[in-house]
Amino acid sequence: MPSTFDTVANIIAETCDIPRDTIQPESHAIDDLGIDSLDFLDIAFAIDKAFGIKLPLEQWTQEVNDGKATTEQYFVLKNLSARIDDLVAAKGA
Amino acid sequence: MRLEYFQLIDRITDLNLNDLTIRAEANVPQASTIFEGHFPGHPLMPGVLLIEAMAQTSGWLIVARNRFERMPFLATVKEAKLRTFVSPGQALVVSAKLAHEGSGFAIAEASIKAEGKPVCNAEITFRVMPFPNKDFRVSMEQVAARIELPLENAANG
Repeated sequence: MPSTFDTVANIIAETCDIPRDTIQPESHAIDDLGIDSLDFLDIAFAIDKAFGIKLPLEQWTQEVNDGKATTEQYFVLKNLSARIDDLVAAKGA
Repeated sequence: MRLEYFQLIDRITDLNLNDLTIRAEANVPQASTIFEGHFPGHPLMPGVLLIEAMAQTSGWLIVARNRFERMPFLATVKEAKLRTFVSPGQALVVSAKLAHEGSGFAIAEASIKAEGKPVCNAEITFRVMPFPNKDFRVSMEQVAARIELPLENAANG
């Protein structure tokens, strides 16, 4: 069974036509991979489907805009993967 | 339809908030300035306006789903297939189903039929956000009344 990161990386590679080997756990989806908000909707859709969750993008965006969080906390892929794991765990709780 | 006013659907005929589906009537006018250019001597309903009709119908489903608290804005059109020509005077039935509700976005699968035959279909993504101002929302409520959006009678569990 692929790791959460591998699943996310594969989704990004396929959705945004980014070479898979350039997508690393430390990659920032926006700053390093150049994914814009529209492309991220496709990624969020695929992640929602793959994991049976609903990524709280609006909440994250609000927190970043309010200065309560940094984009790194949500959009560096290892952090994004950890958030997904948390959401999956919360769903099963 | 009033093409010049971007009114692409005439009446919502069915809204089901359990199944998250909607259906609308859209009657192509016999005459429109648009047909003078598309095309001279061979009037056809522009494909982009068929896509807009699907987007508007899907959009009303999302508005109804959110009880006029949030407004969908067209973001992506995927897999749009225009399967046959549409001529002035044709009666269209536009259908849509909400395929996914994300955080701040929604995806609908929409299609149009004429005389029971497929005309076009697409997967449409919307950004969904609070109405930017009250006047806009009031205007949309007025449009909803004109197209008979059956919000109160919709199956909603």
